[in-house]
Amino acid sequence: MACDENLSVEVRDLVKRFGTFTAVDRVSFSVRRGEIMGFLGPNGAGKSTMIRIMCGLLRPTSGSAYVAGFDVAKDPEAVRQRIGYMSQKFSLYDDLTVSENLHFFGGLYGVGRRLIEQRVAGAIATAGLSGHQNDITGTLAGGWKQRLALGCAVLHQPAIVFLDEPTSGVDPVSRRSFWDLIHQMAAEGVTIFVSTHYMDEAEYCNHLALIERGRMVASGTPSELKHHLPQGALLLAKCEPLGAALAALQFHPEVIEAAVFGNAIHLMVRDAASAIATLPEFVRSHGANISELREISPTLEDVFVDLTGTRLRRTAKEAPS
Amino acid sequence: MASARNPAVIAASLVKRFDKVTAVDRLSFEVYPGEIFGLVGPDGAGKTTTMRMLAGVMSPDAGSARVAGFDIVQNSEAVKNHISYMPQRFGLYEDLTVDENIRFYADLFGLAKAEREAHAARLLAAAGMSDFRARLAGKLSGGMKQKLGLTCALIHHPRVLLLDEPTTGVDPVSRREFWQILYSLLSEGVTILISTAYLDEAERCTRLAMLLDGRVLMCDSPSALKTRMPGTVVVVASPRAREIRLALTHAEGVRSAVLIGNAVHLVVDDAVRRISELTRALEARAIPFESMTMAEATIEDLFIAQVQGQPPPAGLQ
Repeated sequence: MACDENLSVEVRDLVKRFGTFTAVDRVSFSVRRGEIMGFLGPNGAGKSTMIRIMCGLLRPTSGSAYVAGFDVAKDPEAVRQRIGYMSQKFSLYDDLTVSENLHFFGGLYGVGRRLIEQRVAGAIATAGLSGHQNDITGTLAGGWKQRLALGCAVLHQPAIVFLDEPTSGVDPVSRRSFWDLIHQMAAEGVTIFVSTHYMDEAEYCNHLALIERGRMVASGTPSELKHHLPQGALLLAKCEPLGAALAALQFHPEVIEAAVFGNAIHLMVRDAASAIATLPEFVRSHGANISELREISPTLEDVFVDLTGTRLRRTAKEAPS
Repeated sequence: MASARNPAVIAASLVKRFDKVTAVDRLSFEVYPGEIFGLVGPDGAGKTTTMRMLAGVMSPDAGSARVAGFDIVQNSEAVKNHISYMPQRFGLYEDLTVDENIRFYADLFGLAKAEREAHAARLLAAAGMSDFRARLAGKLSGGMKQKLGLTCALIHHPRVLLLDEPTTGVDPVSRREFWQILYSLLSEGVTILISTAYLDEAERCTRLAMLLDGRVLMCDSPSALKTRMPGTVVVVASPRAREIRLALTHAEGVRSAVLIGNAVHLVVDDAVRRISELTRALEARAIPFESMTMAEATIEDLFIAQVQGQPPPAGLQ
């Protein structure tokens, strides 16, 4: 058993290899009850493998993972009874009604006959689907289906819920109401795991782990991560003409990276003060002008790109012809 | 420059219906040479249908459109010769190499051999793929596949590029490289229309149309759009954000309150006045917070404010 009962998930030195490929490479972390933990990383980074291990569906090669107090390697069945899972392609039956889907998943998760009616009614109310119990699921709007899918995933009142890109592609209004629901569940003590490659979805989590190539490259709250650009600072430069300014800025020694954002350029620099002092003159000497230059707070994407150490390829920095 | 004044893409009251669903509902916008114009909206907003009509592969039920100077209905073949359309699933041959895929598309568009070699080399270099020419397309990462798709789409020097959600599921570094290539195309006079469901990506467009239910909610540059935000965003950071949200949701002048991570994002009518009032309200309830500051509205904030200001669309109320 895990020692601290406030810890919902405790992972130590987790490794998973498939043949010669290391999908998960010595990952350690812990999650408290009622926390919303996000795994952020590109497709193929190892997020799904980690989640499958934590769900007791895959055995780790080495290391340990305790979920809801049980060792996933020794007691996967006990783990599976205490978790809920919702994927981006929620597996609802489109030709069943809302109520029929809930009953079906309740049966699947072994919710007893005496409890099922009460749980289904609760799920319908929580998901904001009252009055729509008898609607055919296929006719529901995307945001509604998603809340129903969440309702189905938590009918057996799991201690931990895993959500795989839960709000990709849904409209922002539905997305916010979905996250309201998640925060409400977390407030009631349910631990939430979110895995996503959408930076803006990650912002909703309390705690984030950035995952790349099977490793955890950083973790912290979204704001902690954004306040620590390890390699420097981010500046916004409004320039005219944009092309000439960009071509010049890419070669300034202060500039680590330059990328166009709409009508401005975002510059990753080593030192904000010295860049602000020197760049306007430098750009002028290359026949362009900076009309505005200020430090801005980085986005999670900036942090991610910075931390993973993967610079934009050299070819992008070749001399302008 | 005469060309700078003539739009490269004109959509005029385009309509497309599928059975009872109106996927595109009197959609109008114009895209000028040198722009990266974004069609931005959630799944089902009509982005793909619009792209297909502009590419000349689907006819509108009503309205008209001109792309690169040609009418998409009367002259759909001419449209196809002057544009490039990259659908969400671009037709790469997974069992052919990078080079063979490019050659295939060059043949399709009847490009002369002498011309294609230098052009292909330049495009591959810009995509950071020069070292991968002999690799099978099926063995490329998601980001690389998208860049190869773009390379194939550019091989015949199109004047207008239609890209349907090219960066969905692509890792952040490849996404940046992809955008870098797009910006470099602008200087060559290519006009780009791109659709995306990533609202943060909208910030990279020179101008954009926000779509919902087949209609344009707003159309302008990202910075001009933000000036239309009704109210100001105030962010309250606190480990007890949930309590703060409960305490402030119904406070005077607060239009909305959303929990995002360990912070509450409020939209208030008058930031200067409300910040001092809300600070007092939290102090009175002894709820600690780290900071309460004004923040720049994001495209998402704007989208939500816009949608909530309207009668809810069918199926969402």
